[in-house]
Amino acid sequence: MGIWVSFFAVIALVLIPLVGAQGAGQYLFGIVIPYVAVLIFIIGFIYRVVQWGKTPVPFKIPTTGGQMKSLPWIKSNPLDNPSSTGGVIGRMALEVFAFRSLFRNTRVELREGPKVSYGSNKWLWVAALAFHYAFLVVFIKHFRLFMEPVPGFVTLLDSVDGFMEIGLPRLMMSSIVLLLAAIYLLLRRLAVPQLRYISLAADYFPLFLIIALAGSGILMKYFLRVDLTSVKELVVGLFSFRPTIPEGIGAIFYIHLFLLSVLIAYFPFSKLMHAGGVFMSPTRNMPNDNRAKRHINPWNYPVKVHTYDEYEDDFREKMKEVGLPVEKE
Amino acid sequence: MAKVAPPEELSRVDYTPPKKGWIDKPAELKEGRWCYGSKPKDHEVVGLPNPRAWSPGDEDWKLPDNWQEIFLDGLRERLDKFRTFRIFMDICVRCGACSDKCHFFIGSGDPKNMPVLRAELLRSIYRGEFTTAGKILGKVAGGRKLTYDVFKELFYYFFQCTECRRCSLFCPYGIDTAEITIIGRELLNLLGCNIDWIMGPVANCYRTGNHLGIQPHAYHSMLEFFCEEIEEITGILPEPSFNRKGAEILFITPSGDVFADPGTFTAMGYLMLFHYLEGMGLDITWSTYASEGGNFGFFTSHEMMKRLNSKMYAEAKRLGVKWILGGECGHMWRVCNQYMDTMNGPADFLEVPKSPLTGTVFENAQSHKMVHICEFTADLIKHGKLNLDPSRNDPYKVTFHDSCNTSRGMGFFEEPRYILNNICNDFHDMPINTIREQTFCCGSGSGLNTDEIMDLRMRGALPRANALQHVHDKHGVNLMSCICAIDRATLQALVDYWIPEVEVSGIHELLGNALILEGEKKRTMNLRGEEFPWVEEEEEEAAEEAALEVNLEAAEAEAEEVAAEAAEEAVEETAEETVEEAAEEEAEVEK
Repeated sequence: MGIWVSFFAVIALVLIPLVGAQGAGQYLFGIVIPYVAVLIFIIGFIYRVVQWGKTPVPFKIPTTGGQMKSLPWIKSNPLDNPSSTGGVIGRMALEVFAFRSLFRNTRVELREGPKVSYGSNKWLWVAALAFHYAFLVVFIKHFRLFMEPVPGFVTLLDSVDGFMEIGLPRLMMSSIVLLLAAIYLLLRRLAVPQLRYISLAADYFPLFLIIALAGSGILMKYFLRVDLTSVKELVVGLFSFRPTIPEGIGAIFYIHLFLLSVLIAYFPFSKLMHAGGVFMSPTRNMPNDNRAKRHINPWNYPVKVHTYDEYEDDFREKMKEVGLPVEKE
Repeated sequence: MAKVAPPEELSRVDYTPPKKGWIDKPAELKEGRWCYGSKPKDHEVVGLPNPRAWSPGDEDWKLPDNWQEIFLDGLRERLDKFRTFRIFMDICVRCGACSDKCHFFIGSGDPKNMPVLRAELLRSIYRGEFTTAGKILGKVAGGRKLTYDVFKELFYYFFQCTECRRCSLFCPYGIDTAEITIIGRELLNLLGCNIDWIMGPVANCYRTGNHLGIQPHAYHSMLEFFCEEIEEITGILPEPSFNRKGAEILFITPSGDVFADPGTFTAMGYLMLFHYLEGMGLDITWSTYASEGGNFGFFTSHEMMKRLNSKMYAEAKRLGVKWILGGECGHMWRVCNQYMDTMNGPADFLEVPKSPLTGTVFENAQSHKMVHICEFTADLIKHGKLNLDPSRNDPYKVTFHDSCNTSRGMGFFEEPRYILNNICNDFHDMPINTIREQTFCCGSGSGLNTDEIMDLRMRGALPRANALQHVHDKHGVNLMSCICAIDRATLQALVDYWIPEVEVSGIHELLGNALILEGEKKRTMNLRGEEFPWVEEEEEEAAEEAALEVNLEAAEAEAEEVAAEAAEEAVEETAEETVEEAAEEEAEVEK
């Protein structure tokens, strides 16, 4: 059911600007909604991160994925079981840039016998990396729309991205990879029964949204061409807080912009916040050095215990019988 | 005890999820998958809420009228107190990487045993009761309300998780289902819903100092009994001390090792090691007050964990020791590694642990002042302090089961293996996806080692048993060693069910076998009192030799006899001949 709710929600999100972004509606879809969306994103993102940051970390409980640092002659694994800040930075870098934990992924199979086997299963890792890096490249390349002159790294990225030199305008790898990876992530949810079972509307919705966003971008770039000068005028206007609506930008642009607005406004209230959360996950971003350095729990409170004296009172005679030393005779 | 199907039947697992979505219908509680409810008397000992006689099989769980309010307030409070919990409620993307990492899922096929879904059971309440989208959109936003059936479902599945953290290793955001289960159980405890197998030990531990409720005099006698056993085997009688003030080191180990086989053999190993080292300057005492290393409070709530753990430092302080040595135990070491110092420290009345035998300073333990006995022993072996005869373990082909807690809550892999490689000659690791940080739970951890859920336990044990089967078939492994007292108890049930040809032991049992005590008599049996196979062979050989000697003598005697007879005959013959000759001569002469 979740999938249909999400699918039709995204269809509706495509139709709304198609109908609405005309005449005065262009001010709404070209100026008001993008500003509101960015505002929601910034406030929402900060709110969430501050909320997490305000919540104390009472215990240091890293998940250890390798040998701890112990005796000097035992080789430790500082990246999977860091004992220092440097190690933690290394572990986090691997996690954030290379999706280290996902790289471990295996797939279990139970065969006759019984025989449990653990196959390598890197497809999710590959698709996730492709998806995120392609998204990053596409995002950075949009800088040319509001930066004048266009920074060198954007131009460089463009030439790398279009190295296949197919078509005119040149086919950019990033947008295709982004679209294919998103479609793979969607099909995967549908094809694997367990995944379909756990998937919620909140899982399908961002995928449909991103597929529509990337799709509309590709349509705009290669098929339903829009006037790039006008687009740039509008975007520069937004960024310089002197918004204008140039004449004659096609509806497809407003669809693209609206989908983007929805995505960023939705971001702070959704699972997409994993982008911020991954940096703050206490099982990954803390060193395993509890034994060497005391961690402080800010809300540690005294508890009722059964003291030795109470214990001895309970058992004194029996202790004396077998010659156990006692405090009070 | 619920009846357990035979292995062939149990290992046919159906992984097809039901047609209907999980959010629509809370699970029905199946007998054999839930543990007995906690008893009122145990609640009273530690002052836990809602003491009453109840069973999870009952329709009415006798919850207070405002149970929803208590639960939701507790949930809100914990969201504000634990960053882990709040982040884990917020950022899961349901990528499914964890879904097939849980031993209970692999063995049962129940989709709610996928770690992601176990967490979603609670997350859906968080969304449905606390987030705007969830309140308005309900299940479209993945939210649901806390109903009676949903509450029962939480109980059911939070007591089908062993908090082993295997899923956490594979999660791209480090979401730790153990943490969610721990807090989920805390919430259940607010309403007095715990299981008997956990609450019993908690109440015992609080009062008597250990889970099994062994009183001080009995604890003392049990260890004395082990000493007598050791004397029978080695001819040497260790003399451990108890509650002794002024000792340098306090030794704390799980009480399971004092109570039940095969843990008791590990306890004998400790006693022998300490006796061996006492002559070299070790000054160590046991305690009957801090007579429990394990901590079933950890399976109840953070507060209960702290209350039970407090005895370690309190006793160390009272006795005036310099540092603490901890025995082989899994969750004890997770608590001691990740919680103890924070909860009950600072241990500024203790000193940085230093081995009195090798001079090694355990700088990795400089704050919490506690050393794992495997670190301690590995250091001794490295410095050549132990006189070992690994061939005494030759009847065993050994593998090692990494315990979840020391693996993913500590990272303790090399020390036990180093010891094993020095005390036995035939060691084989299980396949790589089933050991070290990827190790599988015994299927009965976190207080679930009770008989009434044997079906579930044996299902959860399937991945471990299967990996063991592999090395059993390939290398003839017949002993699975481990450094966890719960493992020693539960792996025994696992092998009895899945691979009866294999035995289970602690590492210091094997050390006790290999350790050559000064002045010991010739060893003819291991710590289990089982005669070494070569003893019989040697005896046979000796007997044969003896027999052979007898035969030889007999043969010689016979030969002598024969010779003598021959000689006699010869003499006789000669004599006869001579007589004859003489007669002939005589006759001739006469002629």
